[in-house]
Amino acid sequence: MARDSQAALVALNRFGFGARGGASGDLINAASDPRGFVKAELARPLGALLEAPGLQSTPQLGQAAFAYQDQVKQAREVAKAAAPTEAPAPQPPADPKPDNTLRRNLSLNTVMTEIAGQMTEAKPAADNKAADSAMKPDSMQPNAAPAAAKPSPQPLNVIQKTFRAEALARLQRAMMADCGFTERLVVFWSNHFCISASKGELARMWAGAFEREAIRPHVLGRFTDMLKAVEQHPAMLFFLDNQQSLGPDSRAGQNRKRGLNENLAREIMELHTLGVGGGYTQEDVTSLARIITGWTFAGRQGQLGAPGSFVFNANAHQPGPQRLLGKTYEATGLAQGEAALADIAHHPSTANFIATKFVRHFVADDPPQAVVARLRDVFIKTDGDLKALATALVDSNEAWKAPLTKMRSPYDFLVASGRLLARVPEDPGGYLGNLNLLGQPLWTPAGPNGFPDTSAAWAAPEGMKLRLDIASQMGARLGPNIDPLDLLEFAAADAASIETRRTIERAESRQQALALLLMSPELQRR
Amino acid sequence: MIDCVENRLLTSRRGLLLGGASFAAWAYLPKFARAAADGRDPRLVVVILRGALDGLATVAPVGDPDYAGLHGSIALTADGAHPAPMLDSFFALHPSMPEFARMYRAQHAAVIHAVATPYRDRSHFDGQDVLESGYAGPGRVQSGWLNRALEALPRGERVSSGLAVGPTTPLVLRGNAPTVGWAPVALPQADDDTAMRLVELYRHRDPALASALSQGLQLEKAASGDDMKPKPGNAVAQMRQVARGAAKLMAADDGPRIAALAFDGWDTHANEGGSVGRLAFLLGGLDSALAEFESGLGDRWRDTVIVVATEFGRTARINGTDGTDHGTATVALLAGGAVKGGRVISDWPGLKPANLFEARDLKPTTDLRSVIKGVLQGQFGLSDQVLAQTVFPDSAAARPMKGLVA
Repeated sequence: MARDSQAALVALNRFGFGARGGASGDLINAASDPRGFVKAELARPLGALLEAPGLQSTPQLGQAAFAYQDQVKQAREVAKAAAPTEAPAPQPPADPKPDNTLRRNLSLNTVMTEIAGQMTEAKPAADNKAADSAMKPDSMQPNAAPAAAKPSPQPLNVIQKTFRAEALARLQRAMMADCGFTERLVVFWSNHFCISASKGELARMWAGAFEREAIRPHVLGRFTDMLKAVEQHPAMLFFLDNQQSLGPDSRAGQNRKRGLNENLAREIMELHTLGVGGGYTQEDVTSLARIITGWTFAGRQGQLGAPGSFVFNANAHQPGPQRLLGKTYEATGLAQGEAALADIAHHPSTANFIATKFVRHFVADDPPQAVVARLRDVFIKTDGDLKALATALVDSNEAWKAPLTKMRSPYDFLVASGRLLARVPEDPGGYLGNLNLLGQPLWTPAGPNGFPDTSAAWAAPEGMKLRLDIASQMGARLGPNIDPLDLLEFAAADAASIETRRTIERAESRQQALALLLMSPELQRR
Repeated sequence: MIDCVENRLLTSRRGLLLGGASFAAWAYLPKFARAAADGRDPRLVVVILRGALDGLATVAPVGDPDYAGLHGSIALTADGAHPAPMLDSFFALHPSMPEFARMYRAQHAAVIHAVATPYRDRSHFDGQDVLESGYAGPGRVQSGWLNRALEALPRGERVSSGLAVGPTTPLVLRGNAPTVGWAPVALPQADDDTAMRLVELYRHRDPALASALSQGLQLEKAASGDDMKPKPGNAVAQMRQVARGAAKLMAADDGPRIAALAFDGWDTHANEGGSVGRLAFLLGGLDSALAEFESGLGDRWRDTVIVVATEFGRTARINGTDGTDHGTATVALLAGGAVKGGRVISDWPGLKPANLFEARDLKPTTDLRSVIKGVLQGQFGLSDQVLAQTVFPDSAAARPMKGLVA
């Protein structure tokens, strides 16, 4: 079969996470059968699942978070009890005058302290392993810094450790996927049904587990199953305040004189399913809010179930039938909400909203309407089969013909760079830091609508400048060890423009060449 | 590292940044024979200039009748608005290097002209490989000549382990001998040259990105003022910054004695500028970095040699865009209290067409390896044999230059 590098670029960049460097052969494989290369991952329905040693379930994580919060609270109380009698901290002695009879230069520690005082010190933002680690084992070891030079960082608490472990597992998976289409689907759906880790400690603790438990099992499954898993996940219930929402006429509502919180109900319809203008009214929002009262998770006392697990609290549930989108839902407790969600999942507005967003994400900011219509029909016909949806996208000629105009998001850009450099991270710190800088902090969008999905958002002046700074830094750290022209072959081969090739060939150093390659249109657009 | 989502890592864009410069050093305090014998405690700094420095613009052969015609609009002159100070009756120094001129007059700086490594093919990547690896030809070698020189030295105490790891160790210092690195970095910014090249690529291939990036760069400039003034983050400030930090570390009694750094941005294909302009700006940065070493090393300056080297030179004749293209021979600079300075050392080949290498470049008449070997021998007493076999393999023909070190 003829090799088609341009189609390989579409396969790898539009649908996947970009070609891996080294001996992966990704570009060649993609070029010999572009559509087959993308679809191969869809044939592994369990391929989206992510299990890694040490990653725990939501209830386990919830219990760990509760225990941590209790410890902190206790420590605070102990400190408060001891505070009034505390003596003022002793002043450090002033520097002794240098003894001129024995004049010596400053010691290195003193110098480091001085320098550290003047300079911002931060871990390099690229992958944390020194580029030189390929050398001898004891070379360039980051030795323990003297306390004076670098205040020893606080040990990570269980929530930070968990967040980093989840981030690392996700990043490593992205690095190792062949094409990365499934992982791209995970990222798409995870952003569609986003929560934000900045909501609070539980959200941060659960951010990774939410994606593993509610998103991954269904990215090649059914939309209606994903919807139910998401809306019943403790992380979502916490993020959109449903654990505080009480049926006004429920026993708890009566006792506590508190009532509905419509946050989750509104976002279910506006952001997760029907979309703005999808045919629902304020009355429908309130109705759905009543229907899902009692959807919560068990707290630290475990009165309703295992702490940190989803529970239906009948005491908080609004009694009686409810009317939603023209249909009456009988008072069947938990089943009332599940029936409502299933119907919303099958609503034509949902098919339209999802198809549009899906095509916009993968193909173009202004999505080709023919493809949207086709995917909408597939969604309806197959009862929301998400694998069929993805397959229909790959089967549409427009998705292969449309020019690569989409800007890679910061996450796409960083992952694609890591893949090309064949570096599987062992520490997520560098990625997390760069994602923060570039405005896409992992699992932490500013609002429930998730991160933006248009080129304008990511091709902004400041963002481009920062991207270049980060690419330069990767170039400085990793450039000396690579042949930039080899990497260009891995990344784009003859699909690279002559201008890009020349720019890289003429760079003044390998370091600069690598920075320019990472910033080239071939690696920025998808 | 702190969990940066928890503690938003506030990177000051105006903070102290480091881009095309890094510093790495040997992890041991050597026990030099000389230290015991005559109380010297030698220090060596190798500065790599990436991109190929125009030696004819740095130390100009104003006494050569062909120079002015070849270097045209960017040729230096000994008179005029920005006169280049004469180093002797033939060579003039670029006017933006007053500190080097002062060191030269104090006999603490020297120039070696018309030097080149054995490499002749004008590719930056391979040229830098040869310059730093110390091998006669390009090839992916994983160790540099400075590291192999270190291996031949007696190991003393380990230097204090307080150095943070910098972005990368230059190849010249990579190898079996353990090194440490340091970088005063928050988020190093891309240098202007890389940014310009990228904007140019975008102009041809992706106008939307060209406009976004250009605006981003302008914002940055507006926030930090005039581009030709040292400011945190620009090339000059970065060079000075790294030199200052490195000098401080090396001045410490238990600090490293041998270090390498690299400065980027010397690939002046267009608008190189003469006595003022882009190259002048960069040379000013190099000059202030040398001065930072001098002041930072204090009384250790007298035991110090700094070697400044680049992968190759540039064309003798300027091109159509007031710049120069990849060439062959160029200058190497030595600075430091231990240098036997006040001299331009050169077997000058002349600039007549027949004297140029391949009718376009300054012809190499001195092997850069001879210069470096001379410095290594003078500072550390390495034998001819170690230098010819281990440090610079198969280099017996390039004899160590004598009398470079006091």
